[in-house]
Amino acid sequence: MAIETISLSGKKKEVSNKKMNFWESLYLIAIFKGLMITIKHLFKRKVTIKYPEQTRSLSPVYRGQHTLMRDDEGRERCTACGLCALSCPAEAITMKAAERKPEEKHLYREEKYAEIYEINMLRCIFCGLCEEACPKQAIYLTKSRTMVKAQTDREDFIYGKDKLVMPLDMAIKNTQNQAAN
Amino acid sequence: MEEAIIIEKSVIIIAVFALTMLMAMYSTLAERKIAAWLQDRVGPNRAGKGGILQPLADGLKLFAKEEFVPNTPNKFLFFVGPAISMSMALMTSAVLPWGDKLHLFGRDIILQATDIDVALLYVFGVLSVSVYGIMIGGWASNNKFSLMSAMRAASQMISYEVAMGLSIIALIMMTGTLSIREIALGQNGMNWNVFYQPVGFLIFLICSFAEANRTPFDLAECEAELIGGYHTEYSSMKMGFYLFAEYAAMFISSTILAVLYFGAYNYPGMDWAEKNWGVNIANVIGIFVLFIKICFFIFFYMWVRWTIPRFRYDQLMRLGWKALIPLSIANIIITGIVMLLVD
Ligand code: SF4
Ligand code: SF4
Repeated sequence: MAIETISLSGKKKEVSNKKMNFWESLYLIAIFKGLMITIKHLFKRKVTIKYPEQTRSLSPVYRGQHTLMRDDEGRERCTACGLCALSCPAEAITMKAAERKPEEKHLYREEKYAEIYEINMLRCIFCGLCEEACPKQAIYLTKSRTMVKAQTDREDFIYGKDKLVMPLDMAIKNTQNQAAN
Repeated sequence: MEEAIIIEKSVIIIAVFALTMLMAMYSTLAERKIAAWLQDRVGPNRAGKGGILQPLADGLKLFAKEEFVPNTPNKFLFFVGPAISMSMALMTSAVLPWGDKLHLFGRDIILQATDIDVALLYVFGVLSVSVYGIMIGGWASNNKFSLMSAMRAASQMISYEVAMGLSIIALIMMTGTLSIREIALGQNGMNWNVFYQPVGFLIFLICSFAEANRTPFDLAECEAELIGGYHTEYSSMKMGFYLFAEYAAMFISSTILAVLYFGAYNYPGMDWAEKNWGVNIANVIGIFVLFIKICFFIFFYMWVRWTIPRFRYDQLMRLGWKALIPLSIANIIITGIVMLLVD
């Protein structure tokens, strides 16, 4: 077989420039064929997801809003080591560390914790490198199952601990689930 | 007696006008819905249930838009353009029969605004004038693209009017009348003209696509090359008028197709229904039947629009002059020979 006629994909089509005869030049048959194709689509299932009422399910590896995790006892895992901020290619993370007081043992897992922890969601590119860098498994992009919402004010995109730390009831539920298993 | 006729005719005229407007309004919604369905989408469904209020929302939006008039020396013509388009689209409906007759208040009411004996010529006259709406609008816009679009529209209309006129001649030869009412009456039962004049019907159909400026013949407003065509410079309700006129024209030309070739309000068993159920019921069914036929043609217009791409200008002219006109002349000759042989 000559090399020009080989079609690996099976979709190759010879282009021909042959003259159309009278009936072909009326395009009627071609148009009729086209009409039959489109009418089939009229009865096909529509693929649209009606957004506010229906939402697309998230894949298990999606990357959305960050969550600062709590451990089994509901204590914050983050130790404010700053590795996430260091690894962040977009420089989106800042934090301020503080020392844990003896009476705060139930709140923070490590002796040092993040007093302030902020992510600028306008800078963040959701690459997930912070998650990879964290030695304490304290930050995840896959746990919140929400996207960062649109805002009208730049300030509103700076998410502090109030938005990032995993809610307590979610932590309690997680622990219960674990105990059940 | 005189007053009764005036009242009767006014009622018919107002009803037809309202119907045309309503159909044009909902054609805009239907177009978008059908476009969506043919492309596996859902279409507008937020305004009202299933998008039923969408045309109202569109109208409201158009009203609220800024009324923009370009810097043109022909302000008057700029306003006249959409007005001509609209009135011409509506005028045709005067001679179309919507049903045979109703028997009310002891008199026969013919369901037609007026029955003139040269109705077909009238229709063609009005159709040819309607291109002036586009031409004047495009000319007065003082914009190259509008002007180019107007020229295209004009040449397209002139080319396709010839084929359209020739295709209808065969029909006139067969029916022997120019009155649309008589043509409609002659198609009693299943004697629809389309069965006797299939080629003529096809040519007429293609030409009415061209006359209504619908895809694949919408060269006058092809967005890719001419921005918006003749209504580039129009905004607000003037633009709304052009768009509305297009849909009204589509409704009217669907009606013409249904009346001339698809048996108008006739349906099989109409005589039987008239005998057993009375004139009124038989004709009310007839009106609905006509309506269904019209809706089918409107759907067909849209179906074609979302199937085939626009013709190139030279293809358009070649199809018009080299294919449709010879075909319609051949159709006339064959019709004549067959008529002679049958006699
Ligand atoms: S996801 Fe990437 S860009 Fe966003 S905060 Fe983490 S490291 Fe920075
Ligand atoms: S989130 Fe992890 S990497 Fe970032 S400061 Fe806390 S412990 Fe360190």
